[in-house]
Amino acid sequence: MAASTAVRAAVSFTQKFVRVSPDCSACPLYRLNLCTGATDGFTAPNRHLRTSIGVCQSADSSSPEEDERVVNVVYIDRSGQRIPVQARVGENVLYLAHKHGIELEGACEASLACSTCHVYVSSEHYEKLPEPEEREDDMLDMAPMLQENSRLGCQIILTPELDGMELTLPKVTRNFYVDGHVPKPH
Amino acid sequence: MKMMTMINLVRGSVMKIHGLSRASRCLAAEGGVRGLSSSSGPRVCIVGGGPAGFYTAQQLLKARHDTAVDVYERLPVPFGLVRFGVAPDHPEVKNVINSFTQTAQHERCSFHGNVNVGKDVTIDELRQAYHAVVLSYGAEGNRSMGIPGEDLPGVFSAKDFVGWYNGLPCNKELHPDLSCETAVILGQGNVALDVARILLAPVEMLKETDISQNSLEALANSKVRRVLIVGRRGPLQIACTIKELREMVNLPKVRADMLPADFKGIAEVLKDLPRPRKRLTELMMKAVKEGGDDKAEKCWGLRFFRSPVEVLAGADGKRATGIRLALNKLEGSGESARAEVTGQTEDVDCGLIISSIGYKSIPIDPAVPFDPRRAIVPNEMGRVQDTAGLYCSGWVKRGPTGVIATTMNDSFDTARVLIQDMEDGKLDLSVNKPGAKAITALLQTRGVRTVLFSQWEKINAEEEKRGRSLGKPREKLLDVDEMLKIAWS
Repeated sequence: MAASTAVRAAVSFTQKFVRVSPDCSACPLYRLNLCTGATDGFTAPNRHLRTSIGVCQSADSSSPEEDERVVNVVYIDRSGQRIPVQARVGENVLYLAHKHGIELEGACEASLACSTCHVYVSSEHYEKLPEPEEREDDMLDMAPMLQENSRLGCQIILTPELDGMELTLPKVTRNFYVDGHVPKPH
Repeated sequence: MKMMTMINLVRGSVMKIHGLSRASRCLAAEGGVRGLSSSSGPRVCIVGGGPAGFYTAQQLLKARHDTAVDVYERLPVPFGLVRFGVAPDHPEVKNVINSFTQTAQHERCSFHGNVNVGKDVTIDELRQAYHAVVLSYGAEGNRSMGIPGEDLPGVFSAKDFVGWYNGLPCNKELHPDLSCETAVILGQGNVALDVARILLAPVEMLKETDISQNSLEALANSKVRRVLIVGRRGPLQIACTIKELREMVNLPKVRADMLPADFKGIAEVLKDLPRPRKRLTELMMKAVKEGGDDKAEKCWGLRFFRSPVEVLAGADGKRATGIRLALNKLEGSGESARAEVTGQTEDVDCGLIISSIGYKSIPIDPAVPFDPRRAIVPNEMGRVQDTAGLYCSGWVKRGPTGVIATTMNDSFDTARVLIQDMEDGKLDLSVNKPGAKAITALLQTRGVRTVLFSQWEKINAEEEKRGRSLGKPREKLLDVDEMLKIAWS
């Protein structure tokens, strides 16, 4: 069963790669861990292949080729409301939010040129995410309300081990301070 | 307790009325009985079609499904600083135009370009035609250095220089003289670094961007080899963000020329800095240490602890040939450290001086309160002081700082406050307002014809077409009359 899932994942990966690669050589979203958690024989090569799916996929073009394993994540919106969402391995946290009407912007469309999809990641899952690349760290430095567990939603690709992850949207309170007061970023 | 229940009851009935009105709107749309609908829903006017305007509109449309939003823009083309401010070599940042376009094409949104609010139509007239007016017109003025010689040829504001390479119609005739070897930029924010990068970048890096063709040609013939970026305070107070600094560090065929003395004592305090400041400072220190390609003929450098005192003119007194800088020392530490003059000065030879010390908002209409000291519209959480029904968002609300995420959050906040005022009854929604219909008619009597979003799309198509023949994503039209001709064709 695990093997067949992995095969399917690998096949779909190949298709995806072939489909998107001509236009996407310069795409900055490389972190594709499509087969993480499947059998080693299939994960190893894929882990080293860096391409982009999030950038070239629009919000609704997700399902048919995706790994079918379910990943449960919870968004916590700016009012503190918990929004549980069932997602698939390989989905991108920014576009997943869009799919469920959660107010997470993606001004630069996942090209690592803004910080509008800034989220806080529950600490145990934060540890499981691949290290942010330099360009993501640079953008995070510009994010209002930066914290230790800050990431850009567009750079988080779901893997089975992220099941249970909580993604909190920063409550930006800047303008609710008395006029003129600018809160420090920490 | 009783009071509470009553309020809840009232709220409940208000909600029901909304529900009904929405239903009747649906009916109207389906059955063609539009004229019979008793309420047309709240109408909001937004002044300024830049990021603040579009983000405010987006949030209003999303939060209330009965609200119609009209965006007025002085130019025939939308998107404000995303089009005219964001550097041409940052096309990814301009992706946000896609979501602004979605907003503009929303069935309850309309765009009206070529309307100069404050001149063609007053704020009071807009307030009569709408339930609420949001000022999002940004900061089109610039802070002046206030030093002798500032008006000499060879001295430009960064705002005009950026407008020139980004195809802003009013800056198309800027013709900066790039025949000198050294350029000095005053100010160390992201705009200053954008200008430095554009001045030093190999032309191959720019020629496939949407930079205006006239400036590309001027830059291709530029003799500028050295760009100094001057700040009043020290490395720990530099205003730019790391992305822009890293681009300078990584600029091909250009080396960094820094003064190691400026970084004395910095290594010791590094570990206690907040993360963004720490990473930024580490990158500067790396540039100091490594310098870059020794064989590069072009260089850039940050110069700290220096304030402009006077622009020096050549023997004929006719153009800038240098700048006198006062050497400063810091009083205090951290973000709030102040620069104090030491009494020493330093003269730097340069033929091009660009002042990049900040933008500033200017008043739009005598009917709107304005704080000249802070150069903003005085407001509380986006509600303009003492003026019911008038709101503000973006730079005119909080001053010209921050990245697009800052303007986004702040515009969303204004929209939320406005919606809250609708729900709390602070805005009187009981009277129907005519909105754009009345304003367009009024403008017509004054000989002003608007450019709708669909008409902007004609301009867009023409610009893309012209760009294709040059191998660029677009070639911006520089002439407003030409824009109008194409829009109305």
